Amino acid sequence: MIAVWKHELSNHFHSLTAYIFSAFLLAFVGLGAMLYNIQSAVANFEYVLSFVCLGFVVIIPILTMKVIAEERRQKTDQLLYSLPITTSQIIIGKYLALLVVYLVPLVIISFYPLIFSKFGEVYLLTSYGSMFAFFMMGAALMAIGTFISSLTDNLGFAAGIAIPVILFNYYSVSLAEYVSSTAIGSAVALIVIAVILGFVIRHLTRNDKLAFGVGAVLSIAIAGLYVMDSSGFEGLLPDIMTKLSLFERFYKFVNGVFDLTGIVYYVTVIVFFLFLSVQSLEKRRYN
Amino acid sequence: MITVEHLTKCYGDFMAVSDLSFEIEEGHVYGFLGPNGAGKSTTMNIMTGCLSATDGTVRIDGYDIFEEPQMAKKLMGYLPEQPPLYMNETPVEYLKFVGAAKGLKGMELAQQVEEVIDQTKIGSVRHKLISALSKGYKQRVGIAQALLGNPKVIILDEPTVGLDPIQIIEIRDLIRQLGESHTVILSSHILSEVQAICEKVLIIARGRLVAFDTPENLEKLRQSSNGIDFMVEALPNEVEEILETLAVYEEYTLDEVETGLLKVHIKADTDDARSVCRQLFFAFAEKQKAIVEMTSKKANLEDVFIELTEGETTSGLSVIEKTDIAGGMDAADETAVHSLYETEDIPDGSDLEESEVEKE
Repeated sequence: MIAVWKHELSNHFHSLTAYIFSAFLLAFVGLGAMLYNIQSAVANFEYVLSFVCLGFVVIIPILTMKVIAEERRQKTDQLLYSLPITTSQIIIGKYLALLVVYLVPLVIISFYPLIFSKFGEVYLLTSYGSMFAFFMMGAALMAIGTFISSLTDNLGFAAGIAIPVILFNYYSVSLAEYVSSTAIGSAVALIVIAVILGFVIRHLTRNDKLAFGVGAVLSIAIAGLYVMDSSGFEGLLPDIMTKLSLFERFYKFVNGVFDLTGIVYYVTVIVFFLFLSVQSLEKRRYN
Repeated sequence: MITVEHLTKCYGDFMAVSDLSFEIEEGHVYGFLGPNGAGKSTTMNIMTGCLSATDGTVRIDGYDIFEEPQMAKKLMGYLPEQPPLYMNETPVEYLKFVGAAKGLKGMELAQQVEEVIDQTKIGSVRHKLISALSKGYKQRVGIAQALLGNPKVIILDEPTVGLDPIQIIEIRDLIRQLGESHTVILSSHILSEVQAICEKVLIIARGRLVAFDTPENLEKLRQSSNGIDFMVEALPNEVEEILETLAVYEEYTLDEVETGLLKVHIKADTDDARSVCRQLFFAFAEKQKAIVEMTSKKANLEDVFIELTEGETTSGLSVIEKTDIAGGMDAADETAVHSLYETEDIPDGSDLEESEVEKE
């Protein structure tokens, strides 16, 4: 694992991606700090971070797109498979390298509130609390990016999927206001999602029975629950969309609440998507 | 060293490898021979843990590749068909990574990296980017990677493909050297290559093992179902008369080239072609019929290969007699003989003599 981690790290710094990522992140934060802290003379550094969030839509995919897709493209994945290391070690090593690349600009950024505090009163606790949540949110998005990268050998495709996924997550709260909040609307949307899930499983496993089984069981379960108690579906879809938003939970920290459930949610997302990445890599062995 | 039992791999409905079993002993160079798409790479990928099998087991020195992959993989170095190289690194960086991933540390790592660089003679390009190296050097870096960790078995998938003749010779010499201290398995569809470096050959076709023997014995295999061609100045009935007194043939064909000159093809039922030639010579000489040309057909591995690999697709061709095959083999190779009988349709090579052979 350490070998993979070191190798991946040197890889990031050999190529431009780590520098582009750091440069963009620092530029966004610098811009935000100038607008909020200097020009508007606001002492809250956390607002800068919430301003920078949108930048993740672009810079996270730049960093994560090649993590696994590149291995497949240049056929080095065969080397990784033949080495005496497990796929979990490969994924974790690669992911930890991503975190280090992410930490480098964050370490620089962490001095900003201290600098500002020389010139006025800065809420350091909220600033650093938000910075921690900022790190966790980025880490969760990177896990998602890693998983998307493991699905393909095409870098463009990996980035092209990751960008809309993160963008959708970013806007899911605003979009939640526009989707139907009626019980029947939520039930239909969930059934559609179950059917799509069935297609995804079919694509991944090429197992018709399993895909059909999962799709059908979920659809029937949703329909059954709806028939039994339709009031439970009232406003369920917008609710789910809000709950799933990684960004919405971050704003809580910006507002000065150190929300432990948010941290737990980020960790869950990280573990879940890294697990999926391992499965995706393992699956390659089976076809 | 390596035991493969009933290995089967299906891609959907397509069976890439079907019920493959063989055993590889320590300290030889083994050749994995087969036409493109025969299942060579698939088998190697399964043996090295890169691919799962639908059924069957692979044991490396007692370690099951599916049950104890870490231990089994430590005993193997693998160079896939396309060398798995990171193009934006130098050979030294690359080898250090692979060495570290194989569990080497500190001094040992540095020392082994130096050793394999020396062994594969890539010292002159050690600090160049891999993307800038020639194909021959890339292949060497790939082999160097396989050598790290001092594995007992080195598996090379088509190591000389796409190289120029000089590079091919260099890589072959390297493989021969490696064979002195390791068990080497290499795959190839080039027969002369296997003939030149391998001590044992596994011929695989359509996912099945069709032969497993030394190159020499495989050649004998063809020799034993010998054909002898000769030109004789005689009339057909005279030739028939003489041949009937000899009884050295299974069947023969006569072909009148011009009046008084016959081309005779004999399929002899012995593996001692020379004695048949001798008998023919004296028999015809006695009757004052001059044999003006006589060749006993010596098969090479190519014929055996074509015969065995196309055997399963071509039908309507005669089957090699059991005695013929056994005659050309040592007792120790009985197992290999056995595997030969499992393929039902082994054609007569004479019909394939003219077929286009993909030569190196």
